[in-house]
Amino acid sequence: MLKFFRRNKSSQLFGLISPGVLWILIFFNLPLLIMLFISVVERGRAGGIKIPPVYTIENYRQLFNACVSQFAGPECNPFLYLGIFGHSVRIGLMVTFLCIVLGYPLAYFMAKQKPIWRDTLMILVIIPFWTNFLVRTYALKSVLATEGLLNSFLMNLHLVNQPLNLLFNEFAVVIGLIYGYLPFAILPMYTSIEKFDHTLMEAAADLGASPRRAFLRVMLPMTLPGVVAALVLVFVPVVGAFITPDIMGGGKVEMIGTLINRQFGVARNWPFGSAMSMVLMLLVLIGVIAYFRSGSEESRSVL
Amino acid sequence: MVNEFAVEMQDILKQFITPEGGILAAVNHVTMQIQDGEFFSLLGPSGCGKTTSLRMIGGFELPTTGRILIHGKEMSQVPAFRRPVNTVFQQYALFPHMTVEQNIGFGLEMKGIGRAERSKRVSEALEMVRLPGMELRRANQLSGGQQQRIALARALVNKPEVLLLDEPLGALDLKLRKEMQLELKTLQREVGITFIYVTHDQEEALTMSDRIAVMSKGVALQVGKPEEIYERPANKFVADFIGETNFLDGVVKGQSGSMVEIELAGTGTVRVESSRKFTNGQQVSVAVRPEKARLNAEVKDGNNLKGQVEDVIYIGTDTHYGVRFVGGQKVRVREQNISQAHKEIAKTGDEVTVSFTRTSPRILTE
Repeated sequence: MLKFFRRNKSSQLFGLISPGVLWILIFFNLPLLIMLFISVVERGRAGGIKIPPVYTIENYRQLFNACVSQFAGPECNPFLYLGIFGHSVRIGLMVTFLCIVLGYPLAYFMAKQKPIWRDTLMILVIIPFWTNFLVRTYALKSVLATEGLLNSFLMNLHLVNQPLNLLFNEFAVVIGLIYGYLPFAILPMYTSIEKFDHTLMEAAADLGASPRRAFLRVMLPMTLPGVVAALVLVFVPVVGAFITPDIMGGGKVEMIGTLINRQFGVARNWPFGSAMSMVLMLLVLIGVIAYFRSGSEESRSVL
Repeated sequence: MVNEFAVEMQDILKQFITPEGGILAAVNHVTMQIQDGEFFSLLGPSGCGKTTSLRMIGGFELPTTGRILIHGKEMSQVPAFRRPVNTVFQQYALFPHMTVEQNIGFGLEMKGIGRAERSKRVSEALEMVRLPGMELRRANQLSGGQQQRIALARALVNKPEVLLLDEPLGALDLKLRKEMQLELKTLQREVGITFIYVTHDQEEALTMSDRIAVMSKGVALQVGKPEEIYERPANKFVADFIGETNFLDGVVKGQSGSMVEIELAGTGTVRVESSRKFTNGQQVSVAVRPEKARLNAEVKDGNNLKGQVEDVIYIGTDTHYGVRFVGGQKVRVREQNISQAHKEIAKTGDEVTVSFTRTSPRILTE
């Protein structure tokens, strides 16, 4: 067996990558197939799925036509779930945009420091990762609460007369998501900016470009890979986020993530939850592919 | 006329804070005038302040005190993008994400010149640097020599009042560098733009420049034409930095008119012509260029000193002889190998006479 590996280069390579491949197959691809399967069968009476399985596309259809049993018969709203999808995408785009706008100058500032300061700042950005995400979200909640740190501070300074409503709304969710995902935006942009040769900015200035134009024509295009990576790394998890909207939104802000979470939890509707997960995945996939397509075309024409 | 000078540096001081917290004067009260249309070189070893001076003219650094004028206009506090100068950077700094055409057209685009006019002028610029038809190449697909020419075209296409060049040939191999030296010089004459050229290569500076400023430790030691700097160096640093020089240390014994008599410790007395006044007993160095000394060819009314050959180095065109005088001082003599006979004037260990005229050496005090 070992001899075979030694003799054959490609089988040697296979031997090296197989643990990773197996991991992905068993813990990623297989569950995905299971989920796909669950999304096309009828739900069981007490949760789970009906056994033996009965195939149906009702779960997907339900997405586009939510009907709730009422006293006077079923009441249907075709835009209920689609609205939540749209809302999630809107929050995702807003958070991603804000993370990039906030993260880029910070990443730039970090990259410009002396190595020792650079490392210190990098650790400061990474430190939050060492604390549990849930704990951090609760901590932020206590800051924004009616009797929380921020409101007490503003009240004591008499800047406001009554506590501001900072929690359990979209604002709180957006703040929570930015707080959680900003480092994911900073790190790839930092890598790009750090590699950027600053002489090119001098060259642009030398050729008559104002700082703003030099940034737009030289630095931004050259650090765009970092920005795109930040975009994907933030947008994808944020669209499907459920802990932050759940805690910071207090059940008042519905996102796809919380909706799916509910289907697997209290609603005990695994097939519908699976169907929504599949649609979310498809949506993100289409979005990312479309972005890369347009991004590369842009880079061909503009850069 | 006020605008006689392309660039004027008036008492420029540029201080930096060192990592240790001290203050370093990278450029220490330098005053220089660069004439319009001239090829002017800033020459000196690394850390002498030549690049800092250039960067201040370009607007990438601001002087701590002093004024910079470009064609009579005060520029000291004007940002780089508003100055009528362009730079060829040491590593070229071409935009790697743009084509050659976009690189060269960048400055014109910033000035708001339309696409058609731009593309016409870009191809003219490419013609000028002898790389026609390169428009659509990517900047990072070019060889070092090509990048150098593109960088030159990118700067010159803007028709700057002054072109700044920061060791632009440093990254090229020797043969290409020699070619580019001549090409740059020719190009400069053709376009008639003032070139300010930073280099640490004295031969390069001598080859190309109309005038040279030799800098050391933030100070301009001497400004002049190449032959002035070579033949009449102001001090030992300049004499040593430009070409090769023998320094013979001695004491002034007397002076009658322009004839100075100098006692070289243990070796003998030499007589050297000089227009300057010296006092008896003054410590001086007699600077003798190796090619101006002769071996075993006594000069009438000149200086003839006895010594022993210590080493002989044959380098093809010339042979270099290292001769030790009785007093212990050593000189190098360069003899051109014009004929076969010249190759064997002396061997190691031979007693020889080293001769030079009274007018060829220079007496230096610092």
